[in-house]
Amino acid sequence: MFIRKTRSVAGNGQEEGIAQPSVHRRTFLKYAGMGTAILSAGATLSSCSKDHTDDSGVSLGSGDVSVLNYAYALEQLEAAFYTQVIATPYTDMSPAEATILTDIRNHEIAHREFFKAALGANAIASLEVNFTSIDFTSRTKVLAAAMAFEDLGVSAYNGAGQYISLVKYLEFAGKIVSVEARHAAVIRDLIFAGSFAASTAVDEKGLDKARTPLDVFAIAGRYIKTQINVNTLPH
Amino acid sequence: MDLQNIFTAIEKTDPEIYERLDTRRSAMKRFANVGKALAMSAVPLALGSMFKKAYGRTPADVLSVLQFALLLEHLESGFYSEAITHTSLFDAAGFAAFTTIANQEAAHVTLIAQTIQALGGTPDPAPAFTYTKNGALPTFTDLATLLTVAQAFEDTGVRAYKGQICNLQENRTVLTIALQIHSVEARHAAHIRTMRGKKGWITQAQNDFSDTDATYAGEDLTVQDGVTITGICTGITADAATEAFEEPLDAATVRTIIAPFINT
Repeated sequence: MFIRKTRSVAGNGQEEGIAQPSVHRRTFLKYAGMGTAILSAGATLSSCSKDHTDDSGVSLGSGDVSVLNYAYALEQLEAAFYTQVIATPYTDMSPAEATILTDIRNHEIAHREFFKAALGANAIASLEVNFTSIDFTSRTKVLAAAMAFEDLGVSAYNGAGQYISLVKYLEFAGKIVSVEARHAAVIRDLIFAGSFAASTAVDEKGLDKARTPLDVFAIAGRYIKTQINVNTLPH
Repeated sequence: MDLQNIFTAIEKTDPEIYERLDTRRSAMKRFANVGKALAMSAVPLALGSMFKKAYGRTPADVLSVLQFALLLEHLESGFYSEAITHTSLFDAAGFAAFTTIANQEAAHVTLIAQTIQALGGTPDPAPAFTYTKNGALPTFTDLATLLTVAQAFEDTGVRAYKGQICNLQENRTVLTIALQIHSVEARHAAHIRTMRGKKGWITQAQNDFSDTDATYAGEDLTVQDGVTITGICTGITADAATEAFEEPLDAATVRTIIAPFINT
């Protein structure tokens, strides 16, 4: 029931279309009563690449399903990370920190299970993760990884919203991303008090980051052992 | 004007456009008539009505969302910029945090005003705010009150943006900007809450200041899209279920919440 036609699927030629219409689109937007001054972000849509031609790996599906599976993959990653953090607490984890990290673990598990249920038969299988690069005994290393995951999660939802077709899925992305942002802020404050919205996260325009799915996978990929086919993700 | 190009461009931006409308042919026919019968200046209007049919919204609706966002950002920006003039209220960390937030809210005002102008609109001026509710609250003389009001503004702001995201779907650039502001407001909210010794996230619809209960009403949902989150996995209590998902507020509710802080 969740399968819908995709807006732009790599490999079916549609991305070519998106690569070209910047002039047309500008014309169109002009007639639609919009100026051209804020088209820069839209224009980056045209930087599509076709170098993802390998069809191996777990398929995320197409259209909204691919975006939801993408979110599901990220939530699996985060949930697995915090599950490990709580299972093998770092040296001298304070009770306050344990409470925070347990809360976050539970939120990520709730997100993961929500996407699994929402996707139903379209859900990808459970991913195998690879956290060998993270020293779970070290507070510094664990919190640094947590910050990276949270900031990445925020940027992933922010960047994916534009690719979602069905309104209710956009609404769910909104319901979840602000929780990830709260996590990011609290983790950042644990690392360095007052860094909740530091310039490494929020730019001079007061904007959080927004990353494309491919950029997110490029960063998160090292922690995911299962090979994922990103061909069908909108970009 | 080349209508064909416009349709081609729309198709490429949204391949599902004709499912949202009816068919390309009937859309073309409608616009062919528009082209003949109306002056060129009427075409944007006609396109607007097509948007309305396709998405239930028009570019004008995007502008009204942005004006609403601008009002919220003026409210917050004015609040923080005044707060940091009362330096004796703060310790160093608190002052630094408020300064960070003040700068980012001011940046939001600038960005949203510029976006409105880029879309051909005129940014609404800021109304006269009364952060003390005309003397009813010791907002700038008592740190606890200041933080309570800050928390309410931030948590309301998060819910307000969340409520508007779905109204911006046809303008991906503005949608993404709104999302990027929305998550920054959530960062602010989390920090202010921790300054008050609270969790960074919202449990159930809990609040400790009756004046701002409306900000939290409805945050206690435990079922999302028909999926019961409570107990969905070991350890997922109702508290965790409500913390993990945040609920939108519609514009009318938000306007009611902030009305006591505006002098008309």
